[in-house]
Amino acid sequence: MSIFNPFINFFRVLRQVVKGNKWYYAWVGFLSFFILLGLVAYFRQLNHGLIETAMRDQVSWGLYIANFTFLVGVAAAAVYLVVPAYVYNFKPIKEVVLFGELLAATAIIMCVMFILVDLGRPERVWHILPIIGKMHFPASLLAWDVIVLNGYLAINLFIPFYALYKLAHGREYNMQIIKPLIIISIPWAISIHTVTAFLYNGLPSRPFWNAAVLAPRFIASALCSGPALMLIIFQIVRKIYKLDIDNKAIFKIAELIAYAMGFNLFLFGAEFFKEFYSNSIHLAPMKYLYFGLHGHYNLVPWMWASLLFNLTAFVLFLLPKTREHFFSLNLACVLVIAGVYIEKGMGLVIPGFVPGTLGEIYEYTPTMVEKYITIGIWAAGALIYTIFLKFMIPIYKGELRFKSSQSKNSSLASNL
Amino acid sequence: MKNNEKKRILTKPISRRELLKGSAFGLASLAIPIGKVDASFWEAFFQKHFREMNRDEVKAVIARLEKEYYKKYNKNFNIKTTEAIPGTLFGYGLDLSRCIGCRRCVYACVRENNQSRDPQIHWITVLRFKKGEKWVNDLERAEKYYYPEEVPEEGYFYMPVQCQQCENPPCVKVCPTQATWKEPDGIVVVDYNWCIGCRYCMAACPYGARRFNWAEPRIAREELNTNVHYLGNRPRYKGVVEKCTFCIQRTRGNPGRYPACVEICPVGARKFGNLLDPKSEIRYIIENKRVFRLKEDLNTQPKFFYFFAT
Amino acid sequence: MDKKRYVYAILFAFLFIIAISGNTSGEEKEQTRASLKKPGHNLPEFVVPPPPLSEGIFPCSQCHADMEPNPTRRELTFHTEISKGFNHAKEQRWCLDCHNPDDRDKLRLASGKLISFEESEYLCGQCHGTIFRDWKYGIHGKRTGYWNGKKVYRLCVHCHYPHWPKFQPIKPLPPPEKPSNIKYRKLSDDEIPRNPIGDIQ
Repeated sequence: MSIFNPFINFFRVLRQVVKGNKWYYAWVGFLSFFILLGLVAYFRQLNHGLIETAMRDQVSWGLYIANFTFLVGVAAAAVYLVVPAYVYNFKPIKEVVLFGELLAATAIIMCVMFILVDLGRPERVWHILPIIGKMHFPASLLAWDVIVLNGYLAINLFIPFYALYKLAHGREYNMQIIKPLIIISIPWAISIHTVTAFLYNGLPSRPFWNAAVLAPRFIASALCSGPALMLIIFQIVRKIYKLDIDNKAIFKIAELIAYAMGFNLFLFGAEFFKEFYSNSIHLAPMKYLYFGLHGHYNLVPWMWASLLFNLTAFVLFLLPKTREHFFSLNLACVLVIAGVYIEKGMGLVIPGFVPGTLGEIYEYTPTMVEKYITIGIWAAGALIYTIFLKFMIPIYKGELRFKSSQSKNSSLASNL
Repeated sequence: MKNNEKKRILTKPISRRELLKGSAFGLASLAIPIGKVDASFWEAFFQKHFREMNRDEVKAVIARLEKEYYKKYNKNFNIKTTEAIPGTLFGYGLDLSRCIGCRRCVYACVRENNQSRDPQIHWITVLRFKKGEKWVNDLERAEKYYYPEEVPEEGYFYMPVQCQQCENPPCVKVCPTQATWKEPDGIVVVDYNWCIGCRYCMAACPYGARRFNWAEPRIAREELNTNVHYLGNRPRYKGVVEKCTFCIQRTRGNPGRYPACVEICPVGARKFGNLLDPKSEIRYIIENKRVFRLKEDLNTQPKFFYFFAT
Repeated sequence: MDKKRYVYAILFAFLFIIAISGNTSGEEKEQTRASLKKPGHNLPEFVVPPPPLSEGIFPCSQCHADMEPNPTRRELTFHTEISKGFNHAKEQRWCLDCHNPDDRDKLRLASGKLISFEESEYLCGQCHGTIFRDWKYGIHGKRTGYWNGKKVYRLCVHCHYPHWPKFQPIKPLPPPEKPSNIKYRKLSDDEIPRNPIGDIQ
């Protein structure tokens, strides 16, 4: 009997995922439509090559890598929940930390998808792995990224899955297993974003990226956009699943975003000052972003909008009055997400390539194929997260329980 | 009229139907290898890194590639794997006081090295500068698309840029799969069967020397150069990076030919030789002329020396 | 540019094309320059193809053998295609500064030493010493052949027409495609763009 339990449990979870009300089906259908659109576009790209994108030799990375960078930030932000929850034992946040970790895992999965669609030869991706491939470790920062991202994914899948598995069996999870993982996940979260920043940072051929402030800026902006995204998700989840998420947790996170945004703006100011005051030839990319270069202005309105969004959100998050009012709070969240998405997406990747190493200016504007694929991956991410929540929340709330033969497992768990 | 036609082809928007059609082909191309298990496909898929193969494995791969190329182009290719000649370190000299910007080198290179004609790939970029204006450090003033009736033009000078074969190549450092490396004779090469097409090397290269196959490379059959090197001018694939190899298929030999760009240059501005041979032209240039290397502040140590003979 | 000079430009271009196409027909005619090798010099091994002599004009002795040399500087009535376009230190130079008056099939150095048209670089080198030196070491001028073996040099006159040696402008080959023009195209084999330059040996 007991050997069938995993299957029975699996089908329980599956049933939980498949069954839902019409809103659930509508949402899944909505996402599936965009996933399908993305797939159609991706097969076209696979067939014709990356020529279907607007990337060219002059601007060899674009929308995909921009999204990748933004999402690494979202993933890293889970640490903002973990620290207050476990290190300072702040109870209200402790209750939502699982959702943060799942969001981190989802974000990493999306990162991997964005990298895969950016590859010219996706079928050779195994070449990057150690042992079976020929990973260039430690020289290549991309090799580091493979390690830290996968490690982070493993941690952030293991913790919630383990905890919920135990809960599903009606048992307490073992803090002795969870605790070291949580402790390690804090520097690990910092590392994924630092390594991703170093990926750009280590290229002296691209002066815009070759600034020491890049990694701190990455961390600071990640600690704005990631938690902001979580705040919105928490409110939605709270509403749909009638889950008890304490307002205190939400306001605390909002307060932390304000500090991170303050720091982010300070670092931006430092960078802005250094470039404009010294006014060397390395100013060109910055000038391109904020004032246009030799008659090319594509990103200028976006960058100023981003700055405006960030500043407004900073104020809204900082003042307790607006922070604790849901309209202004949500407005601030949206502004932060949009602001950072521009700043750390296209606003980071493109100025690395404009002007190019030989001085050429090619203004990159993503093609429809790129946009469809990007939307498709976002939809896929949303679907993955939706499915996670669909079976995890009932477990969390105690509505879904697994069948288990009480004997071996529990004693094993308590031994651990 | 021809121009108009070209424009039409270039600017034609993608219709939804075409999008679907393209996607169907994409699906099909994925399905084929799974459907009928072509041994050659799996051999290609599991091909080892070039430097990890023993002699027999290399031989087998070359035989397979020659077969594949025959199937694809209906031409017999001779794929060499000539190793570096001991005691050689290739260096290049380019006389900026002579270059007239005629772009003969660009197209000789395309022909010799089987670059894709569509989408167009050039390994050499010729930059034009106005005399007396900023150059070398601030390349924003460079004009790459100049096309006057005649060159040289009054008041301008020209600087061709190609792979500088750095001693300290940033592209090699960043490659996550070691698909590109520096050979003992100093040539930076790419294993086109190992490159995953992440284009990190292109971001890292300070000289814009690396080119990506954004689509399946197309070359008219009669223009294919069938005398090729595995690490050099053999036909490339969609989705991989390529670059100048100092014509590895020509230069690695005893005696070894000059690169194609050297031989075509009508003004003799291009010089090539062994940096370790004190009698070589390149050594004479370094020892007797005023030379500089591009972006020396990045410490990439190029083996490509710009000089002024007069 | 008047009409005549235009004709010369074409003539020059023709000579130039012959030169760059590496017209080395009859390899036995290629000459090595063993005499340049002096102790202490590390000159590479090289051969030089024969000079691009004008068909029907050379050997000069065909006509000049029976003519009395006239050393006075004057407007020529024959060889007008040369004298009209002549532009090589015009003020300081006259035909017989280089062409030997007595044996017209030879060139004459300032020292009075006679040399053949096949080794005219010594004549040019009299004035253009630094360039002559660069040429010997393979720095000045076009080279083909082998970087570690036999090299083919060109005589000065293969690229510089001696009577107006300044390099003539040429038409450049087309610029690269702008990145925004590179799009997916479905081309038949015939539609693939052809390369403007043919095989490099």
